[in-house]
Amino acid sequence: MGKTLLQKVWDAHAVRILPTGQTQLFIGLHLIHEVTTPQAFDALRARGWKVSRPDRTFGTVDHIVPTRERNRPFLDLLAEDMITALEKNCHDFGIRLAGLGDDRQGIVHVIGPELGLTQPGMTIACGDSHTSTHGAFGAVAFGIGTSQVRDVLASQCLAIEPLKVRRIKVDGVLPRGVYAKDVILAIIQKLGVGGGVGYAYEYAGSAIDRMSMDERMTICNMSIEGGARVGYVNPDQTTFDYLKGRPFAPEGEAFERAKAWWASMASDADARYDDEVVIRAEELTPLVTWGVNPGQSIGVGGRIPSVDASLPDQQAVADALAYMGLEGGKPIAGMRVDVAFIGSCTNSRLSDLREAARIVKGRHVAPHVKGLVVPGSVAVKRAAEREGLDEIFRTAGFEWRDAGCSMCLGMNPDKLVGDQVCATSSNRNFKGRQGSPTGRTLLMSPAMVAAAAVAGEVVDVRELSAEVAAGAI
Amino acid sequence: MDALRITHVEGTALPMRGEDVDTDRIMPARFLRAVTFEGLEQHVFEDERSGSVAGDRAKEQHPFDNPQYAGASILLVNRNFGCGSSREHAPQGLRRWGIRAVVGESFSEIFFGNSVMIGLPCVTVSPDELHELMERVEERPSAVLRIDLTAGTCEIDGFTCAIGLPAAARDALVTGAWDTTGLLLARYEEVNAVAATLPYVAGF
Repeated sequence: MGKTLLQKVWDAHAVRILPTGQTQLFIGLHLIHEVTTPQAFDALRARGWKVSRPDRTFGTVDHIVPTRERNRPFLDLLAEDMITALEKNCHDFGIRLAGLGDDRQGIVHVIGPELGLTQPGMTIACGDSHTSTHGAFGAVAFGIGTSQVRDVLASQCLAIEPLKVRRIKVDGVLPRGVYAKDVILAIIQKLGVGGGVGYAYEYAGSAIDRMSMDERMTICNMSIEGGARVGYVNPDQTTFDYLKGRPFAPEGEAFERAKAWWASMASDADARYDDEVVIRAEELTPLVTWGVNPGQSIGVGGRIPSVDASLPDQQAVADALAYMGLEGGKPIAGMRVDVAFIGSCTNSRLSDLREAARIVKGRHVAPHVKGLVVPGSVAVKRAAEREGLDEIFRTAGFEWRDAGCSMCLGMNPDKLVGDQVCATSSNRNFKGRQGSPTGRTLLMSPAMVAAAAVAGEVVDVRELSAEVAAGAI
Repeated sequence: MDALRITHVEGTALPMRGEDVDTDRIMPARFLRAVTFEGLEQHVFEDERSGSVAGDRAKEQHPFDNPQYAGASILLVNRNFGCGSSREHAPQGLRRWGIRAVVGESFSEIFFGNSVMIGLPCVTVSPDELHELMERVEERPSAVLRIDLTAGTCEIDGFTCAIGLPAAARDALVTGAWDTTGLLLARYEEVNAVAATLPYVAGF
C-alpha cells in the first residue's frame, strides 16, 4: 500500500509520540511576522529560553505595515511599536529578517516561495492561517497561534494530531475567464466552510497539473477557508522549474539530489485516501461571494439566494442577506461597488497583476470607485514595474502601493469606510473583515475585480475580456 | 503541573447561536495591534455588541451584553466555531472575559488548538443536545452547568450528556500538560536526531 505525501512528510518529521498522544513534529521552516509573535518572544524571555533553530526561522513585516509613506517612524505609532518589537526580537535571537527597506520584504506567504525558502517535503509553520499556501510546493504547512509560535521558537517542534487526507481532483480544462480563485471558491462552496476540519486537502487532477505555481498557491491558500488547515499539491516538474535559481534553493548537483528527494515525497499512485471528491473543470464559472463567509458564493450570472424555509440553516442566509443589504432572488451582476482591491496572499503575485492589467488596459476605473493595487512583495512590485504594469494601473486610475497585507484585513490605514462594498481578490468576506465593522466584501478573482472596478459594479469578466481578445480597445 | 490541571469546569452558561462564527468577529483585527494580550477582554465581539453600528442596528441584544448572562463562564456555540484567522487573540479575549470552557457542535481546528494551549477546553455535544442545553440556559440563566472532563460528561438541571474531546487534548488538560513547550524540549536530542535525517537541513 502506497503512502500520501502527508504521511511521508509526517513520518520523516515525527520525533516521538508525546505522553498526551500527540505527535511531536519537527518543523523545517518557521516563518514569522510582526503581529502574532511579540507575546511568544516575551514568553521565551520570561523562561530564559533561546530560539532553538534561528537558522530555520525567517521573518518579515506584512500585516500592519503602511503601503505608502513608509518613512520611519510611522505616523501610526502602534504599527511602529510592533515593527520595532519584531526588529528587536530578530536581532536579540539571531533571526534573519526581511524588514522594511529590504528588497525581500513582502507578504510572508509570497516571499517564502519567492526566495526558495519554501520547498517540497518540508514541514512549515507560521502564525497565520494562510500558511497552507506553501502546500502548493508539496510542503505540509500549518497555520498556528501564538502559543504554538512559542513552541516552535523554543523547540522547532509542534505538538499536533494526525490529519486525514481528502483528495480533490479537478479534471479537465478551465473555461476562459475561470481562474484558480474560482476553482477554490467552487471547492469551498461544494464542501462547506467547515467541510475540511480534520483533513488535509490534496489537490490533484489534470487542471491542477497544468497550473502554474502562482495558481497552485491561490488554491492551497484558501484551504483553511474550507476548514482544512493543510492543503497541498504533489511536487512535479513545474515545482522544480520554479525553484531552480531561487536564492535559498540548492544549486548545481545539490539541486539534482534535492529534486530526487522532492519527487520521492509525492503521493504514491496506490496511496489510500480517507475521502475523494471529483470536480469537472468545464463546469466551473467565475464566482462571486454574496454573503459573509467564503462558502456563500454564486456564479456571476446567478441570482442571490432567498431564504427557503424548506432548507436547513436558513438563519445563516437571512443573517448574511441582512448584513450585506441584499435582496434574495436578484442577480449579483450589477451590484454597485465602491472599492476594488487587488492584493493579499491569495492573489497578489505577478501573474495576478498581469491578468488584472490586461483587463484594465485602455480603460478607466469608474468615477465612484476607489481602486487599489497592492503587490505581494517588493520583488513582485519591481517585476511588475519592469513590465509597465504600474503605468497601466495608474493610467486606469488605480493607486499603486507598496507590499503588504493591506485591505485584506485592514490592520493598517487601508480600510473600508462605513457600509462600503469592496470587490476584492483577497480571501475572507467575514463581517467587518476589511477594517470597517459594517463594510461589505465580495470575493472574486483579480480579473473579476479589475472588471468590477472599470464597470463600477459586479460584471462578468468574460464580457470584457472578449473585447480584449477581439482587439476592440 | 498540578496547578494547571483542569478536570472540571462549573458555572453558569451563555448561549451564542449561529454557525461559522469566525475569529474576526470574536476579535476584530484592529485589536491585534498590540504587543501583549492584555485588555483583550474589553473587545470580545465588539463590532456587533451594543455601542457598535451593527449592534445598534440589530433587533436582538447580543448575548455578551445580556445582563442575564453576566458572570457566565461557559460559552455554548453551534457549528464550526472559531473558523478563519489563526489569531490566538480570539480565545485569549474570551478567556480573559471570564470564559472557562466552550461547548459546541464543532470547532475550527486552529481555534481548538489555540484554546487548549491556554487551558480553555472546547468540548463537543450533538446538535440535539446542544439545542437542549441552550434552551435550558435561556429558560433559566442561573442554572449551573457542570463539565467533567475526566468522566466525559456535562450536566445541567438533571440533564446529562456525553461530551466529545480528543484523547490528546483531554489528557493534556487533566494532567496539566497543556502548556506544551516543556514537553517538546524534554528530549531535545531526539529532535536533533530527526533533523539530522532530513536532507534539506544539511543542504542536500
